[in-house]
Amino acid sequence: MSVADPALAPRRRWQRFTPAERAMRSAFYLLVLIAIAWSLRSIEVIPEFLYDAPQQTVDLFARMWPIDWAWYPKVVHAALLETLHTATLGTILAVALASLTALMVARNITRSVVLNTIGRFILVATRSVHAMIWALFFVAVFGPGALAGTMAIAVHSIGFTGKLLSEAIEEAKAGPIEALTAAGAPPLAILLKGYWPQVKPAFLSIAVFRWDINVRESAVLGLVGGGGLGMALDTALSNLYWDQAGLVLFVIFAVVIVTEIVTAWLRSRII
Amino acid sequence: MDVDRSLVIRNLRKEYRSGQPVLKDVSLAVEGRGMTAIIGPSGTGKSTLIRCINRLVDPTAGEILFRGQDLARLGGRALRVARRRIGMVFQEYNLVERLSVIENLLCGRLGYVPVWRAWLRRFPSADIDRAFHLLDAVGLGDFATARADRLSGGQRQRVGIARALMQEPDLLLADEPTSSLDPKTSVEIMELIARRAGERDIPVIVNIHNVELARRFADRIVGMSKGEVVFDGPPQALEQAHLLQIYGGEGWLE
Amino acid sequence: MSDATLPARARRVAFPPNWPARIALVALALYAGYAATILDITWARFVAGFGHGARFIARMFPPSVAPDKLELLYSGMLESLQIAIIATVVGVLIALPLGLAAARNLVPLPLAWAARALIALFRTFHPVIVAILFVKAVGFGALAGMLALIVASLGFLSKLVAEAVEEMSMPQVEAVRATGAPFLSLVIMGVLPQVMARFIGFSAYQLDSNLRNSALVGLVGGGGIGATLFTAFQRFDYDFVLTIVLAIIAVVMVGEVLSGFMRRLFQ
Repeated sequence: MSVADPALAPRRRWQRFTPAERAMRSAFYLLVLIAIAWSLRSIEVIPEFLYDAPQQTVDLFARMWPIDWAWYPKVVHAALLETLHTATLGTILAVALASLTALMVARNITRSVVLNTIGRFILVATRSVHAMIWALFFVAVFGPGALAGTMAIAVHSIGFTGKLLSEAIEEAKAGPIEALTAAGAPPLAILLKGYWPQVKPAFLSIAVFRWDINVRESAVLGLVGGGGLGMALDTALSNLYWDQAGLVLFVIFAVVIVTEIVTAWLRSRII
Repeated sequence: MDVDRSLVIRNLRKEYRSGQPVLKDVSLAVEGRGMTAIIGPSGTGKSTLIRCINRLVDPTAGEILFRGQDLARLGGRALRVARRRIGMVFQEYNLVERLSVIENLLCGRLGYVPVWRAWLRRFPSADIDRAFHLLDAVGLGDFATARADRLSGGQRQRVGIARALMQEPDLLLADEPTSSLDPKTSVEIMELIARRAGERDIPVIVNIHNVELARRFADRIVGMSKGEVVFDGPPQALEQAHLLQIYGGEGWLE
Repeated sequence: MSDATLPARARRVAFPPNWPARIALVALALYAGYAATILDITWARFVAGFGHGARFIARMFPPSVAPDKLELLYSGMLESLQIAIIATVVGVLIALPLGLAAARNLVPLPLAWAARALIALFRTFHPVIVAILFVKAVGFGALAGMLALIVASLGFLSKLVAEAVEEMSMPQVEAVRATGAPFLSLVIMGVLPQVMARFIGFSAYQLDSNLRNSALVGLVGGGGIGATLFTAFQRFDYDFVLTIVLAIIAVVMVGEVLSGFMRRLFQ
């Protein structure tokens, strides 16, 4: 039995998107194109600098090598430790404060819309302002050094950590909470035994994740006075000692790798 | 029919781990028409044999002769060109779940159209017509724009069959097409494969563990045990003694 | 057999104390104290700081709206915006192929490892440090800032793309491969549908991140509002500082709304 010839059947058309969807998508692409065109036109690119670039890059690496290893025990080691302490202490502080804020923001814990909104605003504000900008502020308040750096890390981290924590809290299943409430448990007990066990894996994961990022952030805060490796880098750059700068960069690189390994290990053990 | 669609397998051997061959020296000649069913217990190499044909698995040794080429030796572009002439239906349907039914069907034409058409989803109208026609043929005419993950198992397998037929293949392979389906749907699917492939003179090689389905739909049955062919003949010739040899054990036969 | 008849040692404890957790908690508290000492963070300094801080905040309010300041703000924010837009678009365009090239289940291993090494390199350094290097290479200005943010975007996005591809369902891809599809068509019809939804989410987040970071690269010469901010701090123009910070927060919030919109559009 032969197959009917497809060409004779009435032609049906296939449309991947509805006309409305297509209009929206086209509008979006157009918007992006306009944005790019406008951005490119307004940005000044000085051609001489571009031609120079490969030569400048080679020059940069030539000046960095050989790395000034001798500078390490003198200045960089102490700076490294300062950075690590700043990151860790800052994360601990941030996690504590963020937990409180997260409790304020989570709609299943705090019913008051006013408190929710205040909490949300705190989270958005601390998040939008980068740690380095906070560092500028805290350096002006506390003077340059690790205190400013730690405060900057702590305050900036509240935003992210708080947001992720509040989401974890809101995702907690209602079942165990209802059971505890029905049994007449006081609020603190409900928090500890009802919410905490459910939130704990996410909590630890978020804390470790944030610590990893904060090590990276702490390393650069010194560029604006926040202590640690950043200050060593700033010193080296101000003096145009590129071989010392190269040392700091190398140390940062090594620290980041070690932190990633530690983070991976922590994740497999605790979470 | 002008094209010779016969398949010859010679001394095919596959070892996943050296010294432990899954396929031992298999030789088989499949005519260019009708349905050939391969039966046998799990782990006996049925699936490996089928997947060696379209090179989803690479044989360790041997030849697979089809349309004047040794499929076992092809690589790169030649392999792709050969693959588009061989359609395959999978046990778990293997549809791209986030694509619509018709997009899944059009995947069958990817070997024939340039890349930009896939990117912009501007397939030739002949292909679109063919897709709608095949959808009707498998009974899913109204499902063209439904997302694949919204369909039932039986429906998904129909889409899988239609996708394979979209390639206008010279050979249709089916790797346990009914193992994930209920008994009634299994019969429907086997019927669909037999009928649609038969209409187009496409030979079918099916891997199946349900002996009754094999008996009912196949023109020829190949029984495998421990990586070797132990039975080869029409369904009528398949007797209890053969089944015992293929599957071993006694209690499962009444 | 009741508990009372069991010898004391064998009596079961319902909630045995979780010693590892308790020790960890104590260790953490001790560490915090130790670190605070090392960093010279004393309560006295803190309190003194609050005094300063209060005076500070008083000087910041109300935020400055002087016309010449606003003009500086406007041009600086505009440049930051442009940097962020270009960095995100270019980053998204390159991150997709780079991420695909780093997926071990899709491409030959040597290529995957090379791509992964490149991505790791991009991720190691903070965008500010990368900006410093680019300023040396291509000079002061927005180009250095853009390049730095492109590098940061690639580091983040490509890694996530590679992870998403490595988690995808292989049987779906295998079936498309069996039809004889060329590699690119295979990616388009078999791989991308599986990872697109997550990729769009990541891209929206990257836009947000670039908007925030674009304010920073100016601190080291990469163009944008960062330089204006730094100068304001150094000149003790604290009311202008507040204006700038508020502007940054506003832009980030608008960016969030746009991202949400974009996400829903492409789901």
